[in-house]
Amino acid sequence: MSIRLENLNYVYSPGTAYEKHALKDVSLTIPHGEFAGIIGHTGSGKSTLIQHLNGLIRATSGQIYYNEENIYQDGYNMKELRSQVGLVFQYPEHQLFEIDVMTDVCFGPKNQGLTLDECRERALEALRLVGLKEKYYKSSPFELSGGQKRRAAIAGVLAMRPRVLVLDEPTAGLDPKGRDDILEQIAYLHRQTDMTVILVSHSMEDIARYADRIIVMNHGEVMYNDEPKKVFAHFRELEEVGLAAPQVTYIMHDLKERGFTVDAGVTTVEEAADEIMAAMR
Amino acid sequence: MGRTMIQTEKLIYEYERRDEEGNVVGTSRAIDQVDLEAVEGQFIAILGHNGSGKSTLAKHMNAILVPTGGTMWVDGRNTKEPEELWNVRQSAGMVFQNPDNQIIGTVVEEDVGFGPENLGVPTDEIWKRVEESLKAVGMISYRHHSPNKLSGGQKQRVAIAGVVAMEPKCIVLDEPTAMLDPVGRKEVLKTVQKLREKKGVTVILITHYMEEVIDADKIYVMDHGHIVMEGTPKEIFSRVDELKGYRLDVPQVTLLADELKKRGLAIPEGILRKEELVDYLCQLD
Amino acid sequence: MIRDITIGQYYPAKSVLHRLDPRVKLVSTLLYLISLFLFKSIPGYIMATLFLFGVIRASKVPFKHIVKGLRAVVMLLMITVIFNLFLTRDGAVLFHKWIFTITEGGLRTAVYMTIRLIYLIIGSSLMTFTTTPNELTDGIEKLLYPLNKLHVPVHEVAMMMSIALRFIPILLEETDKIMKAQIARGADLESGNMIQRAKSMIPILVPLFVSAFRRANDLAMAMEARCYRGGEGRTKMNPLHYKTRDRIAYIVVIVYVIGVFLVGRYVPLGIWIF
Repeated sequence: MSIRLENLNYVYSPGTAYEKHALKDVSLTIPHGEFAGIIGHTGSGKSTLIQHLNGLIRATSGQIYYNEENIYQDGYNMKELRSQVGLVFQYPEHQLFEIDVMTDVCFGPKNQGLTLDECRERALEALRLVGLKEKYYKSSPFELSGGQKRRAAIAGVLAMRPRVLVLDEPTAGLDPKGRDDILEQIAYLHRQTDMTVILVSHSMEDIARYADRIIVMNHGEVMYNDEPKKVFAHFRELEEVGLAAPQVTYIMHDLKERGFTVDAGVTTVEEAADEIMAAMR
Repeated sequence: MGRTMIQTEKLIYEYERRDEEGNVVGTSRAIDQVDLEAVEGQFIAILGHNGSGKSTLAKHMNAILVPTGGTMWVDGRNTKEPEELWNVRQSAGMVFQNPDNQIIGTVVEEDVGFGPENLGVPTDEIWKRVEESLKAVGMISYRHHSPNKLSGGQKQRVAIAGVVAMEPKCIVLDEPTAMLDPVGRKEVLKTVQKLREKKGVTVILITHYMEEVIDADKIYVMDHGHIVMEGTPKEIFSRVDELKGYRLDVPQVTLLADELKKRGLAIPEGILRKEELVDYLCQLD
Repeated sequence: MIRDITIGQYYPAKSVLHRLDPRVKLVSTLLYLISLFLFKSIPGYIMATLFLFGVIRASKVPFKHIVKGLRAVVMLLMITVIFNLFLTRDGAVLFHKWIFTITEGGLRTAVYMTIRLIYLIIGSSLMTFTTTPNELTDGIEKLLYPLNKLHVPVHEVAMMMSIALRFIPILLEETDKIMKAQIARGADLESGNMIQRAKSMIPILVPLFVSAFRRANDLAMAMEARCYRGGEGRTKMNPLHYKTRDRIAYIVVIVYVIGVFLVGRYVPLGIWIF
């Protein structure tokens, strides 16, 4: 279920004082099963971009092909697209509303027109996938802790069995352990199913650890679209647009400048340790 | 040593748990026997995961909450004394997590003036303070803007200006960067750092981002309402595994140094900056 | 869509109107609204129109921006038109089919009421465009201050209003976000009958209420932390004092109101064009 964007443009409030070109000529392809990371500072267009993927926002111009079908063609089933491309918004726990967690997670499948039994089955599956303990299934979503609420909300999207899962900063506001737990869970999901995962994040460290590919957005344009090592090699350019490479990348660059024979392209702590140990020998 | 700005002695905060009908079914301790001290001009950091009690503790410094046991002094005033309430709140200004939910004014300068208005400061003086505070946080050119049009980092700087205009001796920041992006986070920290240098205010920073506290004079780590670790950043960050046990993290450079040490390199504990690590590695080579 | 609602939002500009004392603007708006019901003749409408356009010019708020605010109340206007058009039975019948009857009087009332409503909305939104909510609050507080003696919590009410105005745009944006999130979960907000549609609002309203309460709670705490303790002992950043321009503004408005009243009563040009 690949996603292909062709020359996508989006203009906010055209013709007014608030007119803003939020996306400029964005073209990219995300093949099925990939774990893609999108980074960019606030206002770079990344949130606007992902809302195009399930048709919540309609592009001003350009085309989107989902599974090689143009989603803007007449008679295209948007509702079906929305259940195929699951979108988890920032602070998704703010959309919880039902009497208990289970019922809330059933909301998506219910909208898909499934029977009560099917809804429950899918909800159970989704709740297990996000690792929420069974004792919380009958609790009110408002009584859970921050991290648990977020899991319940993500389950609400997973229960629709999407083929593509898009997450907009799923770790915002969580503490370090909560952040790692959620990311691990998402990585686990990606390994378990053949789902495509698109992760929007501010944290280079997180993206570097999980993504196969990084898309860097800046002022509504795709600035880089490449594997993590290659993107972070541009750390000076990234800094100019308010981003940065992971801290280890800087350390490796410094070491290289001081005469160490290390690969400056590494992006995780383990890789860096391996490189340094090899160089010290 | 200067004078003590904030001090707690065996601070306890208990709240009642209620069932669905509202009957009390027991009490829970959010803070348990906490002792801490901040001296005038210091930068004190309080770390802890979500739900560790750090925000509850912060609210005591501003007398939004008062201890159910033990004592808290702010600039020598006992926060339990009702007649000291407004003095306490004026001495220890507070900045909260959500930038949208603490801005009262619809124009930046009106918001900054809100605190001084409440204190009964004369009109001319309010304007002077508003201007000074906005300059101190670098937001003077936005004085006529609507807060809704600002970025998260800018909103937090306005919130800080709102506190500065009350001329506090101490600023308590309760996770001021939790909802910001990396640029906003840096912006806020730089502002706080500058205020400390220029005005000599005491800063209490509550956070779970480790990178923000490497310049602190002292760090307290909280877990389940207790203070479980205290010391300088170097001391705290040399205990990587312990921190992880408290659902916390260390900067990547500390993690890398720790990893290299485990693999047998002679690297000291508690490395906080990348330059330090690079220097040590060069000496070893 | 939802963010297009401009009513009640301050529009920053440097105009005489922006600088006027909020009390002048409050009283004048009230007088203008009353004046709209003082006449029934075309010269009256011409005067009210000229006055309104004069004020719009003086406010430096772009006309486009003002019209955009009207979009939000189109439904209200339509309902007014329909009710007046079909329910007023007065004068010659112009149109009749099945249960629908339009009379000359009905048409007249519909046209007049629509104009009045539009002017009413523009008039009051001009006040909010040119006055920051805080100024507005100060104005209301000072105007109603005498009621304090009757134990009416004037300051508290004024503060509540000003906070409500500050949070309207935030809550609108939030509504937009929640709606999108639920649509992404397959919610259908557009089809079905009235009851189904009302039911489909629950997934939006519940999170919205929860969020509003959370924000209210946070805000109350932030206000207390900044030493807010009600109106007593509070000083003002912008204390209100009438200046020459405020007195002139009062005179202009009073002259207009008297003018409209006299014209409406004595200039015999109340002829129907159609």
